[in-house]
Amino acid sequence: MTNPILQVEKLVKRYGDVEAVRGVSFNIEEGEVFGLLGPNGAGKTTTVEILEGLRTLDSGRVSVCGLDPQRDSEALKQEIGAALQATSLPDKLRVIEAIRLFASFYKRQRDAQELLKRFGLDDKKNSFYGQLSGGQKQRLALAMALVNDPRVCFLDEPTAGLDPQVRREIYDVIEELRRDKKTVLLTTHYIEEAERLCDRVAIIDHGVVIALGTPRELKARSGGATRIEVRLSKPESNGTLKTLEGVVDAREVDGAFVLHSQRPPQTIVSLVKHLEAGGNELISLEIATPSLEDVFIEMTGRRLRD
Amino acid sequence: MKNFAALTRMRVQLAFRNKMFFFFVIVMPFAFFFLYAGVFAKSVPRIVSFYLGPVLAFNVMGSFWGLSATLVLFREQGILRRFHVAPVSASDLLASSIVANYVLTLPTVVLELLFARFIFHVPGLGNPISLFILTSIGIVSFGSLGLVIASVTNTMQETQVLNQLLWLPLIFLSGATFPLAYLPRTVQRFGLFLPATYLVNGLQQTVVNSATPWSRYVEILSLSFWALITFFLSAQLFRWEPEAKVPRRAKLLVAATAIPFLLLGVVENMSDRVLHEAQTAFEMFTSAPSSARPASLGVPRKPAGDKNPPGGNPN
Repeated sequence: MTNPILQVEKLVKRYGDVEAVRGVSFNIEEGEVFGLLGPNGAGKTTTVEILEGLRTLDSGRVSVCGLDPQRDSEALKQEIGAALQATSLPDKLRVIEAIRLFASFYKRQRDAQELLKRFGLDDKKNSFYGQLSGGQKQRLALAMALVNDPRVCFLDEPTAGLDPQVRREIYDVIEELRRDKKTVLLTTHYIEEAERLCDRVAIIDHGVVIALGTPRELKARSGGATRIEVRLSKPESNGTLKTLEGVVDAREVDGAFVLHSQRPPQTIVSLVKHLEAGGNELISLEIATPSLEDVFIEMTGRRLRD
Repeated sequence: MKNFAALTRMRVQLAFRNKMFFFFVIVMPFAFFFLYAGVFAKSVPRIVSFYLGPVLAFNVMGSFWGLSATLVLFREQGILRRFHVAPVSASDLLASSIVANYVLTLPTVVLELLFARFIFHVPGLGNPISLFILTSIGIVSFGSLGLVIASVTNTMQETQVLNQLLWLPLIFLSGATFPLAYLPRTVQRFGLFLPATYLVNGLQQTVVNSATPWSRYVEILSLSFWALITFFLSAQLFRWEPEAKVPRRAKLLVAATAIPFLLLGVVENMSDRVLHEAQTAFEMFTSAPSSARPASLGVPRKPAGDKNPPGGNPN
C-alpha cells in the first residue's frame, strides 16, 4: 500500500474549555475524494483548517504531502488549494484580477483564462467580485483553489447556503476534479453530497469520527435496511415497534418513529395491524432508501440535518 | 518580493475604484489646503507659506485612517483568511499597504506644493530634500500607526473610535491646524509629546526657513525610529482571523510606541527648541508684510542658529 498523502492521527483541538475535535484519525490516499460528513459544529472546519495550517493543534499528529502544516507552512501552502468557509474578496476586485493575483503567489501556476472557462466564469471575468451571485462566487472560490494545480484540494462546505440548482452545478465541477484524479478533502453536512461525490466518507459528530468507509460500506453497515418514518397519533414504545416483522431497529427521533426494515412491505402491514389493535392511528408515513443519514441516526439517535 | 509587488498593485487599483478613497485622500486634503491658503491666509503668499508645512503635515497624517479601516475591513470580511491559506506573509500584506498608501499620498503632496507655488505664488518651497524626506517618513510612520490601530481593535467601530481619539489631539495640539505659537503654554508643552508636532515643525521650518535635512535631524530620526517600531509591532500583532481577539500583552506593547516621543518630549520641553522655532515662524508672518518678504528669503540654511529667547505669547 502506498503512503497516504494526508494523515490525521488522534487530532485534538480545544477552544477554551470546549473540545472541538476529540481524537480524530483518518488517512487519505492520493487521487481520492474524501468527505467529512457531519452536522454544523461537529469539528469539520476546525480539522480542515488545522490541515491547511490556519490553526494550531493541541495534540495528535497531522501530515499533508509529507509536510507538517505548522512547521513547513510555507512549503505546504505551495502544494495545497483551498476553498474556505466564511471568506471573501475585495468587492472592487475583478474576477480575472483575483485569479491572476492569487496565481502570482505560487511557483506552479495554471492558466487563468482556461480556469475561468472551465468554471463557467468566462463571461464574468471583468465583473467585480461584489457583483457576482452566490453561485458565481463559489465557482470562483473553487477556481482559485486550483490556480496552483494543487496536490491536495480542501473544499470546506462548498455548497452551503446555495440553492439546489446551483449546488448541482458545483457537484459537476467537483466530479470533474474526481475524473482528473485530484486528491480532495470535502466537508459537508449534506448527505447527498457525500454519497454522490466522495470515494470515502468519515462521519463526524461532536469532534469524533463515528464511522468511516465508502458510502456503500457505510450503508451496508446499517444492514442495507430501508428507513420507514412514521408519525402516530398516540405514542408507542420502541420495544414493541422493534418486534414488528422485518424491523431491525426502531427509535424515536424528533417526535417521529424511525424503523429500519429488511422487508418493508411486511413491516408496513404488521405496523398497520398493530396500530389498529391498539386503537392508534397513522398520521404520516415515509419510506426512504438506505442512505448515510441512517448510519448517522443509528450511531447518534439524531438526524444529521439541523 | 513578488507577492509584495502584486499586492501593492492590487491596493492601488482598489483605491482608485473606491469612492471613499477619493473623498479622504483627494477631496479632503485639497479642501483643507484651499481653505487655509485661500481663506485663512487670504492668498497672501507669505502667510500661505507659513501654513503650507502644517497643511502638508495634515495631509500626510491622514494616512492612518485609511490604512487602519481597510485592514480591519479585510479582516472582518474574511479577506485576510483567503490570503493566509495562500503563500502570502503578514509582512507582504503590511508592507504593501504602506507602499500603496505612499504611492497614493505623495502625488497629492506634490500637487499641493505646485498649487502653493503657482496659484498662491509662494516665493520658495524650501529645501526639496528635507521636504521629500520629511513627507516620506511622515507618510510611512503615520501609515504604520494605522496598521497598529488595526491590530489592537477588534471591530470597525472600535477602530473608528480609536482613530478619532488619536486624530483630534494630533491635529489640534501639534500646530497642524492652529499654529503652535497660538496655543496656551501648557498645551504647547503637551504638544511636544506628540509625533505630529515634530512633523509639523519639520515641514514648516523646511518651507519657511528652507531648513536642511541636517538641521532637521531630530525630527527625521525620531519619526524614522517611530516608523520602524510601529511597523515592527503591527507585524507582531497581525491577526488573520476575524475571531482572533487582541491579546492582552498587545496593549502593553502598543503603549511602547509612545516611548520615543515621551523621551523626546522631555528633552524638547527642557530645550524649548521646537517652541522657539514655531514662535519665530509665527512672528515672521504676523510682522509687517514689507519686512516679512526679505526676512523669509533672507534666513536660509541656519534656522537653528539664532538663539533669541522665545518671545512672549502674542495672545
